[in-house]
Amino acid sequence: MHIPAPDPAVLARKPRLAERLRAVLPDDAVIDDPTETAAYECDALSAYACAPMLAVLPASTAEVSAVLRICHEEGVPVVPRGSGTSLAGGALPTADSVVLGVARMNAVLEVDYANRFIRVEAGRTNLSVTGEVEADGFFYAPDPSSQLACAIAGNIAMNSGGAHCLKYGVTTNNLLGVTMVMADGEVVEIGGAHLDAAGLDLLGLICGSEGQLGVVTEATLRILHKPEGARPVLIGFDSNEVAGQCVSDIIRAGILPVAIEFMDRPCIEATEAFAHPGYPDCEALLIVEVEGSEAEIDAQLAVIKDIARRLDPVELRESGSAEESAKIWLGRKSAFGAMGQINDYMCLDGTIPVSKLPFVLKRIGEMSKEYGLGVGNVFHAGDGNMHPLILYDANRPGDLEKCEAFGADILKLCVEVGGCLTGEHGVGVEKRELMGAQFSPDDLEAQMSIKDVFDPDWLLNPAKVFPLEASAGRRNAA
Amino acid sequence: MMTPESEEQLAEALAGATGPLRVIGGGTRPVGKPVAGEALSTAAMRGVVLHEPGALTLVVRAGTPLAEVSAVLAAENQRLAFEPMDHRVLLGTAGAPTIGGVVAANVSGPRRIQAGACRDFLLGVRFVDGNGRILKSGGRVMKNVTGYDLVKLLAGSWGTLGVLSEVSFKVQAIPEAEATVVRRGLSAAEGVAALSRALGSPFDVGGAAHAPAGLLADEALTLVRVEGMEQSVRYRAGRLAEAGGEIVEAGESADLWRRIRDVRPFAGRAGAVWRVSVKPTDGPVLSERLTAAGLAHEALFDWGGGLVWLLVAERGDAGAGTIREQLSGLGGHATLIRAPEEIRARVPVFQPRPARLAEIEAGIRARFDPRGILNPGLMG
Repeated sequence: MHIPAPDPAVLARKPRLAERLRAVLPDDAVIDDPTETAAYECDALSAYACAPMLAVLPASTAEVSAVLRICHEEGVPVVPRGSGTSLAGGALPTADSVVLGVARMNAVLEVDYANRFIRVEAGRTNLSVTGEVEADGFFYAPDPSSQLACAIAGNIAMNSGGAHCLKYGVTTNNLLGVTMVMADGEVVEIGGAHLDAAGLDLLGLICGSEGQLGVVTEATLRILHKPEGARPVLIGFDSNEVAGQCVSDIIRAGILPVAIEFMDRPCIEATEAFAHPGYPDCEALLIVEVEGSEAEIDAQLAVIKDIARRLDPVELRESGSAEESAKIWLGRKSAFGAMGQINDYMCLDGTIPVSKLPFVLKRIGEMSKEYGLGVGNVFHAGDGNMHPLILYDANRPGDLEKCEAFGADILKLCVEVGGCLTGEHGVGVEKRELMGAQFSPDDLEAQMSIKDVFDPDWLLNPAKVFPLEASAGRRNAA
Repeated sequence: MMTPESEEQLAEALAGATGPLRVIGGGTRPVGKPVAGEALSTAAMRGVVLHEPGALTLVVRAGTPLAEVSAVLAAENQRLAFEPMDHRVLLGTAGAPTIGGVVAANVSGPRRIQAGACRDFLLGVRFVDGNGRILKSGGRVMKNVTGYDLVKLLAGSWGTLGVLSEVSFKVQAIPEAEATVVRRGLSAAEGVAALSRALGSPFDVGGAAHAPAGLLADEALTLVRVEGMEQSVRYRAGRLAEAGGEIVEAGESADLWRRIRDVRPFAGRAGAVWRVSVKPTDGPVLSERLTAAGLAHEALFDWGGGLVWLLVAERGDAGAGTIREQLSGLGGHATLIRAPEEIRARVPVFQPRPARLAEIEAGIRARFDPRGILNPGLMG
């Protein structure tokens, strides 16, 4: 992976820039000591690291605006950062950039149950949004695995999903409005507590734009009342094909579970050894969760169990208590940790049409042998969002490169069967160079021309999303 | 009229266009500032490309009539979740609405309050922009964050950024049953408060509307809809009716919601019609303020109070100044959906945007339609 060389002219401006930023921010909000900027050298895609020139931690929209105005005047690239949990390198700095962290902006500004929204500062963590309203029975639906740590700002930048989005949608379906600071420091309000756009759907465009169009400082989010209850069922099969068939049959029957999670044998074995959830010895395992009152749950699970039984499952286990539910979810929730026990891993998130699941899993198995690297698959099967975890040894020379090549092949396969490179993690730096597999040069040009409108100098998170060669002219002109 | 039969022909037509074009799907939604120009119809680009019921996926050419889409889905017991409004009754138009028109206008219905809008179920678009470029965004899978989300940008852009050639959707199973809890005689404020309580309950309400006296019945009706498995519908409707009201089911319930969806109470009646989106509890507040400001009107409330349909006299600016002035203190936006061409030509049909956002929208239009040939001026 190539990190663009820093611009020496920008680096030379560091002392003046630090001085100007200190004039508008408290002293402890401007970090320029290299031992401290090192803390911002990477996000959760830790295979790549590069410390920024400076980091700033503004505490208000006005401070964010002041920072961006100065960086704009100085022609310095800015890398917005939520909590740094991106798996795609969305918050990876360049050496000549200023990292703008929004972690100090975490207040709840307004809770309105009659209109079912919450307004928060964008540095607030995902889980603490639900935390603010759950005593009153409400929740914020998008639930990425990193929800304990990840910030709403990052969720909006990447249009994050989660395990429950089959029913509730992803961030863009639950975002009502934002306060955003433009690259030149101007503050704009888009959307609000009402529905739909007044003109063009700029909110929809901003959500998932990976911090390249503006810095979101406040967000209005839709909250929902929790259902009366939820219950999972665990179903084991002796082939991926049959498990895939089961997913399709459930959906076709008109049932909309809140989650359908899928784990393959390598993943089942790893989690069993790591967390002992008591999973069956089988090729493929589904966790299907439904919601509602007790009677509604019974009715839905009856249909699901009927479908599963017709497919001759190895195991069919319905949760009988909160403890049993927790145990069923335990393995799924510890899958990443379990794979991490075995080795370093790279987590991909290509999406495929559900009908292509068995074929794609078979091909990944074959490629795993060709590359000599193990893979475990754990993913959101209801919506085809795969999460192959490729195991490699970071200390073995050449292994990372081999892993990257294997990952690229998997993602190209996802595109070939009608899917996409990334379902919920974002492009970042990780999939930047693969964009040509999914988009034509015209498609990429059209997307880049949107950034031209919002950020004509290409200062916001510039070296992301688009192949470096494709964006070079625009970045270097800045 | 130009009637391209394929995406390639559409691209040729747009690349070779020498003047402004009026983009037409079924021609049933004459909304916006009147556009002069040669007509370009998508009617010849039709047909289902792919329907995978087991993956809830539908890919269809943009000129396909909505009725055909609905029939194809219904054959597999599925539907479009966002319940698109049929504008023909309200606007007095004829013709067959197309799926591309639904997307271009981001048309949704009562279920939008729960399930989401057209744009929320739109998985992908293919379109030709004003440069004649064939472009795509999204695809046919349910989760996709690859590149910028031009899918949302195209939905509701009213043909001003590109002409859609193909659209793909996440579809929904038709539920076994539906029921509506009907309460009578509440004021608008009381009705919307009741809707707020229902929408804030665990009972997954998928329709919440209030029709003041004289619109659906002699008395005011406050309606709350639930859908799902039979047993579940019975249970939830029962729990919701504990707050008061009677339960109506099946066809009777469906008929009520069709009338709300299509704003039937204002169909065939003289006057201009506005569509206003506000914070739900502001719906009745807006109506009161309009009355206080001297604008005579009737109001129908959907989306828990957040979607207000206003019927006003077709005089002067058709209430534009008063509505937008009162709205500025509340937040939200107002669109003039029905008015004679003469009024639409001089009154901003779409909500005027703050300066910087107007600049951004103009910048985007300049990139996708640099010659200004696609429905120029329609959105203002």
